[in-house]
Amino acid sequence: MDYTIRIGGEAGQGLQTIGGVLAKVFARSGLHVFTHQDYMSRIRGGHNFYQIRLSDREVMSSREKVDILIALDLNTISIHRGSLSEEGIIIYDAAFIKKGFDSPEFLNIPFEAIAVEAGGNRIMANTVATGAVLGILGMDLNIFEDIIRERFSKKGEEIAGKNIASARAGFDHAVKVCTRCDFAVPEPGGTPLMLINGNEATGLGALMSGCRFYAAYPMTPSTGIMIFLASKAKEYGIVIEQAEDEISAINMALGASFAGTRAMTGSSGGGFALMVEGLSLAAMTETPIVIAEVQRPGPATGLPTRTEQADLLFVLHAGHGEFARVVLAPGTPEQAFYLTNKAFDLAEKYQIPVFILSDQHLADSEWTFRGLDTGRLRHNDYKLRSEALESISVYKRHRLTENGISPMAVPGESGHLIVTDSDEHDEEGHMIEDAETRIKMTQKRLLKKLPLIRQEIEPPLLYGSERPDIVIAGWGSTYGVMKEAVDVFSGDYAIAMLHFSELYPFPSTEKFDYLSVLGNARLSLCIENNATGQFSRLMRAETGYKFDAGINKYDGRPFTLEGLSGELDAHISKL
Amino acid sequence: MPTFQSYEGQTPAWCPGCGNFPILKTLKEALAELEIEPHQLTVVSGIGQAAKLPHYMKCNTFNGLHGRTLPVATGIRLANHEMPVIAVAGDGDCYGEGGNHLLHAIRRNINVKLFVHDNQVYGLTKGQASPTTMEGVVTKTQPFGSLSEALNPMAMAVALDCSFVARGFAGDAEFLKGLMKEALNHKGFALLDILQPCVTFNKVNTYQWYSGRVYRIGDDHDPFDRIEAFKKALEWGEKIPTGIIYRNSRPTLEERIPVIKDTPLIKQRFSFKEAEKEIQGFY
Ligand SMILES: Cc1ncc(C[n+]2csc(CCOP(=O)(O)OP(=O)(O)O)c2C)c(N)n1
Ligand code: SF4
Repeated sequence: MDYTIRIGGEAGQGLQTIGGVLAKVFARSGLHVFTHQDYMSRIRGGHNFYQIRLSDREVMSSREKVDILIALDLNTISIHRGSLSEEGIIIYDAAFIKKGFDSPEFLNIPFEAIAVEAGGNRIMANTVATGAVLGILGMDLNIFEDIIRERFSKKGEEIAGKNIASARAGFDHAVKVCTRCDFAVPEPGGTPLMLINGNEATGLGALMSGCRFYAAYPMTPSTGIMIFLASKAKEYGIVIEQAEDEISAINMALGASFAGTRAMTGSSGGGFALMVEGLSLAAMTETPIVIAEVQRPGPATGLPTRTEQADLLFVLHAGHGEFARVVLAPGTPEQAFYLTNKAFDLAEKYQIPVFILSDQHLADSEWTFRGLDTGRLRHNDYKLRSEALESISVYKRHRLTENGISPMAVPGESGHLIVTDSDEHDEEGHMIEDAETRIKMTQKRLLKKLPLIRQEIEPPLLYGSERPDIVIAGWGSTYGVMKEAVDVFSGDYAIAMLHFSELYPFPSTEKFDYLSVLGNARLSLCIENNATGQFSRLMRAETGYKFDAGINKYDGRPFTLEGLSGELDAHISKL
Repeated sequence: MPTFQSYEGQTPAWCPGCGNFPILKTLKEALAELEIEPHQLTVVSGIGQAAKLPHYMKCNTFNGLHGRTLPVATGIRLANHEMPVIAVAGDGDCYGEGGNHLLHAIRRNINVKLFVHDNQVYGLTKGQASPTTMEGVVTKTQPFGSLSEALNPMAMAVALDCSFVARGFAGDAEFLKGLMKEALNHKGFALLDILQPCVTFNKVNTYQWYSGRVYRIGDDHDPFDRIEAFKKALEWGEKIPTGIIYRNSRPTLEERIPVIKDTPLIKQRFSFKEAEKEIQGFY
């Protein structure tokens, strides 16, 4: 079983509400869900859609064919009618869109009229639509009713009651009028699954890593991280400061970090461009910081609400001068959670900037998971505290040590002075210009730390055949679609995916010799959401390995399973 | 108890006769008199001659980027609002490169003290015009004389309802010390603009130029009266007032953030175990 539901309409019509609730109902029923959002950069009007794929098996990408299309406006019908699967149906409110359709795939459900009749009001049309979808799928209403009660608990019994009545009316109506609804959704009762998107997972990872300070300037699609942390600010004591610009945001975060707090900032490409000077400052002052760069298509303002993986080389090379950094690129919300924790750990351990390189597709897509294992999280405190601090007679913030990591104390916590400088400095943190100190400091910040950090980097994940003839490689948010593509082809071919989620320092082949996997394959393809094959170039620069070809998508949309499979097919058929 | 010597740092690399010297000396004295221990204080600076000051004294120091002093200072204060934070900047540093940050630090009313060494010129980069360079002054990069009107930081700050606005003069150290102490004791953001002769590059606004022009504001001025303050702030030319031009008692940012109202962020305990329940919110 593998169905796709697409809800289309104008911004402001409540697609997200319908989609979000449906996804939650499915996840609580123990079904696997993958949602993705396609929205325009406007608050009202335009055309947006919210897509849910549900299955009894793991799903992690979007499909092009739609089984249930909920059309909240006429436009949706003209745009998406062609994507309907053979048994697919389109549900709509003929009275609302002022047009009726006679074809058998159309199902007119007067959402508004039903809501009013059920004792609710027109706003509850969305609740009717949600109930109708559940009726069409042959599911029951219990979980949806629970969700309604939770949502409206603050607004009182009456509102909740009216919504439940509307949901039921929509449900009953759909069951009655839907003649070709033979969807086979398993009975609920499976273990409820957790449903989370990339931004929330990053925020949750930050929270659970002890992040106490987040400064940022709003920029789509990174804002979700800030919103998540802001919603937890009161309960956990997190300071959220909306800075006047991104330059300020990163500098504030550095100030908070210097003062002894775990701090983070986030933005998308254009905003990160403004932070670049501060990135270099973090490196020079060896102030730990985590930076979420949630990519969207550029250059400049690009496509504000769409997706691309085109900032990899920028993030890798951003900043003047030479210094150590870490770039982590989660492929799933689950990875975003664990990698954000790893980011905080590495940032503090090595006193360096660490990136979470995500993108709109990952940021806004929701996935189902069994759960998250908090036992895997690292909660180390690398700061010099109490006794260790008191036993030191002379403290030097930038002391030269064997491994390049200087003792990090917090200002005001002891009699010691903490001095740091964006100018090249001596061990005490005071500016210098002599060649000898400069060499030692560069060795400390860069040459000594990098090999140590590299040992912490995990190799790529191999999925599929152990000895593949065909390897598809990629990084970040293409994880899901690549993995499912491997499943599609693995019946016929020895195919595997190599997914990189820890990109810099580039993973060594010590833990896993991925280069030999690639070397033994007859065909290797690099899958990227960008035009120039940035990861391919990185791979070649770091390892000398050159992929046979690349599959690049740069229309601002994520790969779909059919889309990628089609392109793979074209390459494979030439073998 | 700290003394002047407790703050003794490296030997300054400023030009002999530079107006920065009396400012540095006065700051050390003011801190000693307020009994602030060097390790209890953080001085943040950016880049410029003035911004080198924290190296020439003893204290916690974050010497960051040109113009970015105030964001760093804000971050430090928000993380630990029990620690006094002084931001030291040049006029180019904080009125030019960092202008936007100044605007918003004033709006936030973060309890940071900004001491601007206003030499009306870019010192470290050898004498170009700064935002406070007077109109018509010729420099190597302003061959036709500075064509823009000079920024009046005092009037700007009053207009923005900055909670403490004062002007000092490096040539009147005794009075300057009092202003520094007032600023440090003030609850809220304090802008203290200090006229600082640059003996090397500013051949217009010399000690001599200032003497006879600079005067101390008398007791008859009510700094809480914003209209009067604005009039005072507009005085420049034959007569240049020094002293507290304007002040108010707006609540500080730190007081308004419920999360840190009582305890500084760095002293709050965080329970990883407790946060685990957040995962439940996603089912
Ligand atoms: C981003 C950036 N731009 C330019 C510079 C070069 N720079 C260093 S100091 C300075 C101006 C100094 O003038 P001011 O801030 O008034 O301080 P002063 O040296 O006069 O005390 C400039 C432009 C820099 N360091 N960083
Ligand atoms: S150049 Fe001017 S500001 Fe800089 S040290 Fe010399 S006199 Fe002072």
